[in-house]
Amino acid sequence: MARHSNGYTVLFISAIAVICSLLLSTAATALRERQQFNIALDIKKNILKSFDVLPKDTNEVESFYRDNVVGIVVNARGKRVDVDIGAVDPEAEGKKANVDEQLYPVYVLRENDVDVAYSIPIIGKGLWSTLYGYLSLESDLNTVRGITFYKHGETPGLGAEIEAAWFQENFKGKKILDAAGNLVSVSVVKGQATDKHTGSALSHYVDGISGATITSRGVTEMLKRDLTKYEAYFATIRPKSGK
Amino acid sequence: MAASEGGEPLLSAKSKKVFTDPFSENNPITIQVLGICSALAVTAQLKPSLVMGLAVMAVVAGSNVVISTLRTLIPNKVRIIVEMVVVASLVILVDQVLKAYAFDVSKQLSVFVGLIITNCIVLGRLEAFAMGNKPLPSLLDGLGNGLGYAWVLAIVGGCRELLGSGSILGFSLPENVYTIGYVNNGLMVLAPGAFVLLGLLIWVQRTLSKYVED
Repeated sequence: MARHSNGYTVLFISAIAVICSLLLSTAATALRERQQFNIALDIKKNILKSFDVLPKDTNEVESFYRDNVVGIVVNARGKRVDVDIGAVDPEAEGKKANVDEQLYPVYVLRENDVDVAYSIPIIGKGLWSTLYGYLSLESDLNTVRGITFYKHGETPGLGAEIEAAWFQENFKGKKILDAAGNLVSVSVVKGQATDKHTGSALSHYVDGISGATITSRGVTEMLKRDLTKYEAYFATIRPKSGK
Repeated sequence: MAASEGGEPLLSAKSKKVFTDPFSENNPITIQVLGICSALAVTAQLKPSLVMGLAVMAVVAGSNVVISTLRTLIPNKVRIIVEMVVVASLVILVDQVLKAYAFDVSKQLSVFVGLIITNCIVLGRLEAFAMGNKPLPSLLDGLGNGLGYAWVLAIVGGCRELLGSGSILGFSLPENVYTIGYVNNGLMVLAPGAFVLLGLLIWVQRTLSKYVED
């Protein structure tokens, strides 16, 4: 068949398309298991990071997580439900119109069979992108133990500073409840927290990121919204003295 | 562009030139000013810059060899489509491998691995070289251009990470440089910092190789 005929062209293109797609589907299938392992490991790493107990050696993440972290699922009314935590996608749950159908995953850090900390996924809009992270609370379910962001598309040097240690460190020790026990969450202020608030109010505010007002506001909003979702459950397990 | 149509040894003067030219005199970034988008986007740190350089090298070399092998079979009127299919397949392959074996870097590079498909260097080499040359010189041309791209990215990435974040490959500068008054340059973390560095590199490179725009 002549190289310039239409028949040859169609045949050639079809052959190339088939060969390329075969090659790609083989590669994708062969590598899928490893990729999924990586994704799952990344989630575990971030949960452990929010608890501030991430092992230095990556090889230990898997076993440390298995030995110390338990995943449970709760519903909007604060009741535990018997669902595999791996099957709950926090982002998809948040989009369900009917709040009663939403399910919320909670990761519990156990040391010597005692629940010492709780970590929840936090998701919300920044300036350019959706921010994904985890927030962990101490066993009093009031004090912030740690926060981490693992995925976002904010401006490097500005909004992307939410990934920076100085920003995340500021959250440690902050309180999500006021003196009366009502949920007030933790807010990111514009500028320095100490310039805007004093005394006990300071425990609900952290320093903002200069040049990233909208990202900061996004963090404030996502914390408030996600903590509100979990409050029904947290209220049931919160120790009474820890007001 | 009819380089090495005879059966010459692997590293004859001609094929050596094909390989080394893109390092300096015909560098895809500093002389031809191609592939700028990714050079600006992924170079905030050295490690993603290096991986991106390697990825582009693999894709340029691979697609050059494939297209050069098929060059007498490809119908001329669908030439570009065939080139794009081959390039796209190789890029997805690289992306999949990165996701499996270098997950953290692949997360940092995000969409820019996929965007190698539209990197002008790749299609440029296919059109300018692989369509008219044998597979072996095409392989050298691809590796050369990939390396030419990679070293520019490595320099920009290294400078940006050192000046902007005060670290190299994630290892921080010693604390005492900050106590004597050193401050990280925030501009280097942002795209304009890459622009400035790239401009300087282009200037130096063109002065050294006495390149004159026609």
